[in-house]
Amino acid sequence: MNLRSIISVSQLNMYVRSLLEGDENLNNVFVRGEISNFSPNARSGHLYMTLKDGNSSVKAVMFAGNASKIKFRIENGMSVIARGRVSLYERDGAYQFYIDDIQPEGIGSLAVAFEQLKERLSKEGLFDSVKKKPIPPFPKRIGVISSPNGAAVQDVVNIISRRFPLAEIIFAGVPVQGDGTGEIIAHAVSDFNYLKCADVIIIARGGGSAEDLWEFNSETLARAIYNSEIPIISGVGHETDFTICDFVSDLRAPTPSAAAELAVPDINELTAYLNLINSKMNKAINSKILFEEMRLDKLSDSGYLRKPADFIDDCEKKISDLNKSLNIAVKAIYENQYNRAFVLLSKLDALNPLRILSRGYSVVKLNESVVSSVSQLKVNDRIELCFTDGKVSATVTKITDKVK
Amino acid sequence: MKMNYEESVKRLEEIVSRLEEGNLSLEDSLKLYEEGALLSDKCRKMLSEAKLKITNINEVTENG
Repeated sequence: MNLRSIISVSQLNMYVRSLLEGDENLNNVFVRGEISNFSPNARSGHLYMTLKDGNSSVKAVMFAGNASKIKFRIENGMSVIARGRVSLYERDGAYQFYIDDIQPEGIGSLAVAFEQLKERLSKEGLFDSVKKKPIPPFPKRIGVISSPNGAAVQDVVNIISRRFPLAEIIFAGVPVQGDGTGEIIAHAVSDFNYLKCADVIIIARGGGSAEDLWEFNSETLARAIYNSEIPIISGVGHETDFTICDFVSDLRAPTPSAAAELAVPDINELTAYLNLINSKMNKAINSKILFEEMRLDKLSDSGYLRKPADFIDDCEKKISDLNKSLNIAVKAIYENQYNRAFVLLSKLDALNPLRILSRGYSVVKLNESVVSSVSQLKVNDRIELCFTDGKVSATVTKITDKVK
Repeated sequence: MKMNYEESVKRLEEIVSRLEEGNLSLEDSLKLYEEGALLSDKCRKMLSEAKLKITNINEVTENG
């Protein structure tokens, strides 16, 4: 292009653009700056912003394709390192920074690291709800991992002492801030498991900045918690703070105090429950006694136990009834025998020789023997004639043989 | 045998449910009730007299 002749604005901008795009150094450049005028286009998905430092600023754009890949939310005031290329927006004649990738600087990169670790461990299954161990309802020994000088351990002790003084606290004092702290806490978790000296473990730390809590995102700690056979409650920071420790623990409490409350039952509830059991037991035994009393009443109400004289009366009546029956039976037998005797007597009477005599016959006796044939007699025998009403002595004067 | 709080409460629950079934003899019921009343007193005592013990893990021996 001949710059000595007159050119159009478009030609100028096109020329400058080609110069910028032709510069190798500007093709892939990292720029550190602070975000301002951030304005995402909801429809297109493109992100528009200005990158600035103390003295200068440059307009920047991130197209939707690249913008969809970033993991954090861009906000005004955020310090970032942006990678991209430099070119010119011909319409406005303004040069722009076209961002391919953007990383937050400082704590921002920690946040990215956090997200990355979280995603990796999550994929590995360390946060799976099926792996979460239940918190025992009546822990005898509660492991507490915390700073010996912090308010967190005081809160935990106070709450457990008030709610469930039956328990024993096994305390492991650790630093809760600073490089390497995560490993030390992980070691304490392993100690509890090695010694088997707790039914549940509370990891407690008071609130702080994201940097303060950073060691609770330690991967070593996460794996120690995951491998712990003792259930672990995480009470780190405040309600809004989330750490890897929270995700991998069996139970996440918003604060150390809340962790203590989740770890133990409440003595007031236990007392109330004990009262309930007691009243149930009293009710059960009372109804048993009542039942037995009613049973006894029913038994003693029925008949002889209530009126023993009735029993004797009943026996007497039975005896008198039997007596009556016996009398009837005996009388019947007697009458039966009497009738039989009467019949026999009548028959006997009919055969009585005296009855025959009464009809005009008489019996002849000789020397007290009955004479039934003339051959037994001879003339002058002294015989007796027997009648029903007396005897006659006679002498045989003549014998006539009936046959002759 | 010395039962801890949880075991005592479990035994109490068992006693109550057996009593509530009501098919035991009066004698056995009363025996159970007596055991339950003693246990319940023991539990109350455990709750009212308990005092939180704090031990440093360095003092815990390997046997727990």
